[in-house]
Parts: sequence; C-alpha cells; structure tokens
Amino acid sequence: MTLTSSNKAAAAADASASAARPASRHRILARRIGEKLVGALIVLFGAATTAFLAQAALPGDRATVILNTRAGQAIQRTPEELAQINEQYGLLNPIVVQYFDYMRALLTGNLGMSYQQYRPVSAIILEQIGPTLVLTLTAIALSWLIMVVWIILTAGRGPRLSSFGAIVDTTTAGLPHYWLAILLLLVFSLSLGWFPVISGSSPAGLLLPALTLAIPLAGFMSQATRTEFEKSLEQPFVLSARMRGMGDLGVRLHHVLRHSVLPAVTLSGWALGATISGAVVVETVFSRAGIGRVLVTAVSSQDLPIVTGVVVLIAALYVVANLLVDVVYVLIDPRLKNS
Amino acid sequence: MTTLVTEIRTDAVGVAPTGDPRLSVHNLHVGFTRGGAFHEVVKDVSFDLHAGQCIAIVGESGSGKSVTARSIVGLTGRNATVESATISLDGEDLTTVGEKRWREIRGRRIGFILQDALVSLDPLRPVGKEIEEALKLHGWGDRSSRKRKVIELLDSVGVPHPELRARQRPDELSGGLRQRALIASALALDPEIIIADEPTTALDVTVQAQVLSLLDDTKSRGVSIILISHDLSVVAHLADHILVMKGGVVVESGPAQQVLTRPEHEYTKSLIGAVPSEHTRGRRLGPELDIVATAHPTRFAEEFADYTGPVLEARNLVKRFRSPDGSVSTAVNDVSFELQPGTTLGIVGESGSGKSTTARIALALTGADEGSVTLLGREWSSIRESQRRPLRKRISVVYQDPLSSFDPRWNTERILLDAVTDEEPSTLAEKKARVRELLAQVGLTDAVLPRFPLQLSGGQRQRVAIARALAPSPSVIVLDEAVSALDVSIQAQILDLLVELQKQIGLSYLFISHDLGVISHISDTVLVMKDGAVVERGTADDVFNRPQHPYTQQLVGSLPTLDQEIP
Repeated sequence: MTLTSSNKAAAAADASASAARPASRHRILARRIGEKLVGALIVLFGAATTAFLAQAALPGDRATVILNTRAGQAIQRTPEELAQINEQYGLLNPIVVQYFDYMRALLTGNLGMSYQQYRPVSAIILEQIGPTLVLTLTAIALSWLIMVVWIILTAGRGPRLSSFGAIVDTTTAGLPHYWLAILLLLVFSLSLGWFPVISGSSPAGLLLPALTLAIPLAGFMSQATRTEFEKSLEQPFVLSARMRGMGDLGVRLHHVLRHSVLPAVTLSGWALGATISGAVVVETVFSRAGIGRVLVTAVSSQDLPIVTGVVVLIAALYVVANLLVDVVYVLIDPRLKNS
Repeated sequence: MTTLVTEIRTDAVGVAPTGDPRLSVHNLHVGFTRGGAFHEVVKDVSFDLHAGQCIAIVGESGSGKSVTARSIVGLTGRNATVESATISLDGEDLTTVGEKRWREIRGRRIGFILQDALVSLDPLRPVGKEIEEALKLHGWGDRSSRKRKVIELLDSVGVPHPELRARQRPDELSGGLRQRALIASALALDPEIIIADEPTTALDVTVQAQVLSLLDDTKSRGVSIILISHDLSVVAHLADHILVMKGGVVVESGPAQQVLTRPEHEYTKSLIGAVPSEHTRGRRLGPELDIVATAHPTRFAEEFADYTGPVLEARNLVKRFRSPDGSVSTAVNDVSFELQPGTTLGIVGESGSGKSTTARIALALTGADEGSVTLLGREWSSIRESQRRPLRKRISVVYQDPLSSFDPRWNTERILLDAVTDEEPSTLAEKKARVRELLAQVGLTDAVLPRFPLQLSGGQRQRVAIARALAPSPSVIVLDEAVSALDVSIQAQILDLLVELQKQIGLSYLFISHDLGVISHISDTVLVMKDGAVVERGTADDVFNRPQHPYTQQLVGSLPTLDQEIP
C-alpha cells in the first residue's frame, strides 16, 4: 500500500535525526555528574568547617576541657599540665593555622583522637557505624514494605477505604519514636516474649528497633505516595493496561506504583541521614550499640573530635543519599535524564 | 423511548455480514451514581457487529459513546451500573462473566486503542515492553519468542527500525510512531474485535491518514472494528455502519453510505454540516447566529482610521533555538507574510513546523533573531516592550486551551472586567456594561458571568476567551489552534462566530492550525509551513485545489473529507 511505504520513508528520516543524539547525551550526563560531585564537595567542606568553628567557639579553655574530659573531673589545671596539652593539640597556634591543620588531617582521613578514650576517632566510628547502618537500612526497607503493601491495599479503593488509609498514614507519621519504642518493647518483648528486651546485635533483636523507625517513616511516605498513586490510577495508560487483560493488582504493581514513588524516594534519602542522627532514642531504649549513642555521649562529655567526626560522617551520608536519590530518580523516570 | 435496533444490511461500502454476529449488544443501559443520584448516560443502545465489519459510533463529548465502548469490555468504572439484555461475544453472554474470564477476553478477544499514545502507553516504559506485556499476560510463548514477536508486530504496523523503536519510550517517538506502537499492542494477540476510541484525535492530518489506513488493513484481514469519533469525516471511509449518539441515545443508525448521504435526523445533518472544508468556505457550518457586534470606539481607532496597508506584516523572520546539548535548530526560517485588513491568513503545518513560534513572534512574545514585524505599519518586533505597550491593544490572542490561560479562581465577570480595565477612565458600571456587550457579541448570556472557568463547557470557555480577546477592540486576533481541542459540532459554532465577527467588525485573523479542513474553511490566504520554512503560499483556492509543492499535495491528499463519500 502506497501510504505505508511513504510512512516508512518519513519515519526513517526521523530515525536518522535521532541517531545524532547519544554522543551529546553522554556529554550532558558527564557534565551533570561533574556538577553533582562539585556540589557534594562543597557540602562536605561546609559541614567540616562548621564543625570546626563550633569547636573553636565553645566557651572555656580547651586544654582544660581536654584534660578534664580525660580524667572525668572538673578541676582547675596547672599551667604545666595545660602547656603539654596545648603543645600536643597545637591550641596556641593562630586559629587559621589550626583550621588548615584540621582540614589537612581530615583530607588524609585522620579525624584525630578521642579526648576520653585515647583512641582514634575513625576507629571508634568504624566500630559503631556497622550496627547503625544495619538498623537504618533495615528500617528503610521495612518502611517501604509497609508503605507499598498499605498503599496497594487502600489507595484508590473507594472513598471510605481511601480515607481510612489516609488517616492511618497521618497517625503513624506523627508517632514519637520514644513512645513507639516503649510500646513495642512492652507488648512484644515483655508481654509476649517474642523478642529479646536487650536487642544486642542478633537479627531477632533488630526487628523491634527497626520497626520503631520504620512505622512513622512509612506513614510519611504513604502520605506522599497516596495522592500520586490515586492520580496515576486515573491515567489512560492504566486503562490501556486493563484493556490488555491486566488485573487490578497487576496494574497497581507494574504501572501505577512506579509513577507514584518519586516523593517516597526523596523521603528515603532524607531518612537515611535523619535516622542515623535520630537513632539515639531507639539505640538507648533497646540498648543497642551504634553511632547515635556515641554522639550523645561525646556531646555530653565535650569529646569534640568525636562530635566533629560524626557530624562530618552524617554530612557525607546525606551527600551519598542525595546522589543515590538522583540516580534512583532517573532509573524510575528515565525522562528526567533529558530535563 | 424510541429504540433503533440496528439491522445490518448489505450495502455498497461494507462487507456482507454472514451468519451470526461476532458481537451482539442489545438494549444496553449504563448509568453512574454520583453523590447519591443516579444518572443514566447510555440509554437503550443496540447493535450487531459482524466479522470484518466496522461500526462507527459518532457523537460529541458526553454523548455516551466512550462509555458504550467500555461497557463492552467490562471496564465502565467503579460507580457504573450496566444493564443490558445482551452483550454476547460469539454466543458467550458477557453480562454475567467474572473478572477472571474478563481478563482472558480483554486483549485476546477484544483489543482496545485509546487516543494519544503519549498518555495511553505507560510513559516510563519502552513501547516494546508494553506490547510484550499483552503477550505475557495471556501466556504467549517464552521470553525470547515474545521479543521476536514484538519486533514482528511493530514491523507489521509499519514502524521502521522496529528493534530500535521497541527500546524507546513513547516520548522519544513521533506521534505517528507511538500511535502505531499502541495499535501493535492492541493487535498483539490477533483479537477478533478492535475498539478504537478516538484513535486519531490530536494527530496531524498525515499521521491520521496513516493510522486510518492501518485500521483499514486490519479490517480487510477480517478483524471487526468499533470506531469511536466525534468527527464524521474521520469515520467516513472506514465505517460500514454508523451509529450517531446524542445524550446517551442512538438518534440515527444505518449503513454508512445512507447516514452520510441521506441523513434523516436533524442532529446527523448538523454533524455533517459542521465539518469544515474547502467547499464550506464562505458559508455557515451551523444555524444562523443571532449576534450584533460593533467596533468599540477607541482613540486608537481614530488614530489609525486613515491606515489602509497590511495590518500585520512579517519580513524574513528567523528564529533559532539552542538545545541543552549545544546543537542549534532553526524553528522559523525566512518566513514572511502580509495580513490584509478584514481578512484571514491561515498558517497550516504539522507539529514542529514552526507555526506556533511564528505566532509568538507576531505577538512579540518571542524576539526574532532576524527579520522584523510591523503592526498597522509601525515597528513592532524591534522596539522595547515599554514602547510596545500602547500598541498591544491592537493585537490579541486566543489559544487552544483557554483553561490554562484563565485564572481558575476568577469568575467570568472578573476575567472580562480585567480585560477591559485599561481603557479610558470609566466607571465600574460602564465597564460592566462593556462586559455584557462583549458577551452578547460572542453569543453568551449574562448567566455565565458568575461561573468559573471549570464550570463552563469547552465551547463556552472558548467564547469567553474570544470575548476577552475582543475587549481591547483589537485590529488583529491571533488564533493559535483555537478550535483544535473542540468537538466538530462546537468547532463549527466557534468558526461561524469568528466569521460573523470578522464580517461585522472587520477584524483580521492570523489563524494557526494543524487542521487543514479548518484552515481551508476560514482562510483567505494560506501559508503552508514545514520544518520552519514556508513551502507554499497563495489564496486558499489555489493552495487547496492546485497545490504545487509535493508536501502540500500530500497534506491535501491525506485530508479526510465527507465529499469523497458523498457523490
């Protein structure tokens, strides 16, 4: 048929036009990655500088603070004692010199020594970061599981079920960690005895603390996802899929979900950073090791190198989380690659 | 209630139906429950569909045609109540089947094509995946054989480089290619019946012709088609039988030839009359209009009273755009035109031809890289915006979708009051009187004044948009796809209104559209644009009856008209 052949010619022309794209697309991609990395470095530099300035601005003589922290006392120190510390930490140098020393050490990965424990900060952090990361990642995974199941079950299922779902979202999003942790502990560990009271590092002990973090997060994510999900359900491509013979559950899982999770991905990136700094409540209630407790102890005992180290670490995690979010965004919605 | 039970008869155009019908729909009633109230939207619709036959259901939006189609595959929606004596597919009663059986029928027995593949295919996935999904859902073959089948299917609907296309998303394909991909996904399992709901709406005329010919091929292979459209000219050469629906009721039903040439119902006659074409130029598409419009006296009118040259003139316009990857594309390439007072200059072209950019330059919303525009003989494009402001009132614009150019929180009165404010110092009462005068000019009553844009119908909205454009008493109105989103019957009313206003006030129009029928109906002179350049220009008569450029010839050849069918 003549029309078809002329169609082919027209379409071939637009194929050759699009063939020129890939090379320039790579260039755009490379430039964008470059911009992201520069941005990440600026954030890290800012966090490190702020931590240093906070340290320098603390009231009191720092050498005295260091000595007292070590000894766990609060007494007046003799000049001899102070001179030694001042010498060791270079505390008498001009602030600019101290700053450069600090930055140089940071660049080589040296976060300094803990005042209290006489050990390198990096060793302390490395030791404690494991349980926290496991807790955080488990919590995020659990919150996704809860959110996806809840949304699939309740979103876009008539006014009554949807608003019930939305009310549950809002309620859970507002639950305080401390209260939730105690509640879970009372019910599942003390009454039912299903989980250990002191979680330690066993997998069974991980579930309750992770749930404590996951439930409010799932509520937040559901709130963000629900609106998008219900909007996507009304889209023509959903009807197309149904007309192809796909069932309601299939459409929700294979098509609609993907269109509605971008806000939840953003929240997860934020949660990756936030749960690490906010894990302290959970770690305390469940007697878990972790970076949260290290941070709180260090702040209350003015063990500044540790505080600085943790602050820089959390900033670094935020940066990594944001980069991950950007990558996941493009994986979910490939159209963003070109915008 | 009058029932028009369809008797399919052998007719000149169609295939002779033999034996039992493939699909039988009898006394179909569909209603929706909203806020406790029940509204019946489809009333007593009946038809039989035979092998290799095409039935067209024609009507404007809200006529119940889409709901009818959806109830055939059991997807009318949550609040719908479907009552039908019979919907049977090859003897199987579909009114009682369960969800599981429905899923076997959808896709395998009945394929469905919706309009605009950009949103009807999942925009996040490659089109190949969407086609494969149809195969996978019905357990067709294994992974690798499905992949091969997808390529075959794309090839069979005329998609070149199917391997490459299968990996691209709808937004990476042209309108024609993605519509073909959508059709391929519906044809994947060789269904006996294809339901196509406005399959060519929003497509350029050449693409529309391609899609229709593809459906024609499918039909000649024995597939039965239910074609749904608001436009009789689209269904004219494909349909064997036509049902005309209005307000949920079938008002006319019969063999295509008979409905198109000897329509019995007034509504069918008005639908046929509403199709704009080269032959309808200079005559009304609908009933006589009852409007009286006079030019509003302004000091500008006096100032330009002696001017007799072209109201709008463009010389050698060039506009280039730099894309994010650094390459430069020329959107408008050496375009010149003159718009004479009291006439209409039509610019026709497909998407991406540069016609809308030309309109923006004419409105001085976008600067040209080269060339210049004069308005009423004065410099227009090259001066600064502050100098331009007094002249702004001489030119206004109406867009395709007035909804996005109205503040949704303003009612009609406020929208129009806002447009008449800058005139000579006048009292609120005077302004309100002027708003009523404007409404009367566009054939609306005061009843619409308190309504918000969302509460207006598509036709009313476009009338308000025209009233707003008329408010400053301009000499030129730029109409950028101003009737493209409207149903044919509403489009006819708006076109008639524009022509009447031109007659009475002496307006000049720069009319931009991808729709050849509309352009040929309304224009005195025509520019045909392709890839940013003007390929042909001349009087409407010359361009449409004696096209010189091969591209214009192709466009004119693709135009679906009723005239081909009516001897």
